[in-house]
Amino acid sequence: MNELVFFINNVVIAGSVTGSIYAIGAVGVTLIFSIMRFAHFAHGDMMTFGAFMVLLLTTAFPGAGDAFGVPSALVLLPLAMALTALLAVGIDKAFYKPLRAHGVKPIVLVIGSLGVTLMLQGLIRLFAGTSGQSLYVDDRKEIFRLALPFEGVRAPVVVTEPQLYLFVITLVAVIGLHLFLSRSRLGKAMRAMSDNPDLAQASGINTNTIVAVTWVIAGGLAAIAGTLLSLDVTFKPDLSFFLLLPIFAATIVGGVGHPYGAVAGGFVVGFAETLAVFNWSVLLRPFRDSLPEWLTQSGNLAFVGTEYKIVVPFFILVAILVWRPTGIFKGKVI
Amino acid sequence: MPLLDARDVHGGYGGMNILNGVNMAIEADEIGVIVGPNGAGKSTMLKAIFGLLHVNQGEILLRGEPIHNLPPNRLVQKGMGFVPQEKNVFPSLTVKENLEMGAFLKPDNVKRMLKQVYDFFPPLHDKRHQPAGELSGGQRQMVAMGRALMAEPSLLLLDEPTAGLSPLYMNEIFEQVKLVNSAGVGILMVEQNAKQALAIADRGFVLAAGQNRFTDTGAALLADPEVAKSFLGG
Repeated sequence: MNELVFFINNVVIAGSVTGSIYAIGAVGVTLIFSIMRFAHFAHGDMMTFGAFMVLLLTTAFPGAGDAFGVPSALVLLPLAMALTALLAVGIDKAFYKPLRAHGVKPIVLVIGSLGVTLMLQGLIRLFAGTSGQSLYVDDRKEIFRLALPFEGVRAPVVVTEPQLYLFVITLVAVIGLHLFLSRSRLGKAMRAMSDNPDLAQASGINTNTIVAVTWVIAGGLAAIAGTLLSLDVTFKPDLSFFLLLPIFAATIVGGVGHPYGAVAGGFVVGFAETLAVFNWSVLLRPFRDSLPEWLTQSGNLAFVGTEYKIVVPFFILVAILVWRPTGIFKGKVI
Repeated sequence: MPLLDARDVHGGYGGMNILNGVNMAIEADEIGVIVGPNGAGKSTMLKAIFGLLHVNQGEILLRGEPIHNLPPNRLVQKGMGFVPQEKNVFPSLTVKENLEMGAFLKPDNVKRMLKQVYDFFPPLHDKRHQPAGELSGGQRQMVAMGRALMAEPSLLLLDEPTAGLSPLYMNEIFEQVKLVNSAGVGILMVEQNAKQALAIADRGFVLAAGQNRFTDTGAALLADPEVAKSFLGG
């Protein structure tokens, strides 16, 4: 049973954490693609920017969370989301909109967003430095240990406070997005524009408004993902930049342009990554008597070493592009 | 005052004129039909009216008010509806959501107009929760017309509404066009099935090479031996 707990801690919880972050990031990427038809490479640093805003705000108001009994960072998150949304709309107005107005090919926008990502990263480094910083004011995360009610189980299931918040907020964000897209007038107009931009315009839908709404949502979600990630580990200027690849893998796995697919893709990639670095020898220990010796002798039975974790989303990305470029949910091809 | 009055319209893409002085006028309760050979500028004229094509010369008046070169969403506000020939539904949206998008600028109308559109096109009511992309061609055409009607237009522009439909559906669409028209909506449509279309037309416009060749009532054009010989296939 201890092995099961080990599995829960190292795969189920760790995979859900990674999956949630990828999912929220991938939803933003997929929404931007479905409205503006380009791969937004600056999304990772938009996430970092959101976390950076939380860092600034918690430094300015360290006691904001005391009244609610939650970390200050969470209380200030909505404000950071608003600021990141503002940044997203601003970046669009300053860089992407003029390019669109010239009727450039999507690849030009992609390269433009690469420029934006370097710019954002430089800007954040300039103010936040390059070292890691905790978003927790007193740097003490609460850790919940849930002992399983079974005989002989010594190890508890361990969840940290930020991980719990991460699960709850991801769930709320996904349900909120679903309601927005399926119930609200603007959400339906967004789906309409994704389906057929010309007809959306002929129906009287103001496409500029939809573009702005898309950036607001993508920016807000990016701030959530960046902040929750930084809460789980620590804030670093290049933290989310390295998530860009798995996030794009998740987007493509889910089918580009499908918000629900992006959520599914996020968890697929997250769990694949976690399962690949998981040390299976621990799970095999109870069966050691009935297994061949060569299998039980080895102390480490992970598919890939932790330091090569990034190989997994890379492999998934290439594999899905080769064998099923439209992803699980039949999306568009980037 | 005519509902739509286009005078000496010139226009085209990238400096090349396709329309070389087209005149067209219909009254509020009329059906106007544009026919002519391929490349005559029929669809182009419709696009020019709906602001999708730059008008270089001439003017287009909607109830006396100049509207040429206004963006499409402004024209929807002014009471114009447009049904493109292809890609005229949102395939992943349900039928009901498609219709709702037509009333995007008039959200207060949705309930009342939904009822009216379902009355015009009863099959749509049964399929209202189905994605429009899963419907047959004829039903999709109904969704497209319904979507345009949701904004309560006074003028509805239809670009080849029967293209690619079986004869059975074709007659149904013509019947529905008549029905919509009798509810007080002016119609201007481009049609390949010239004989059938002219039969329901109050006004007929035969275009060739971006200019009017014949302009008369639908019945008179059908009866004209010269029109019949050169444009209606004998």
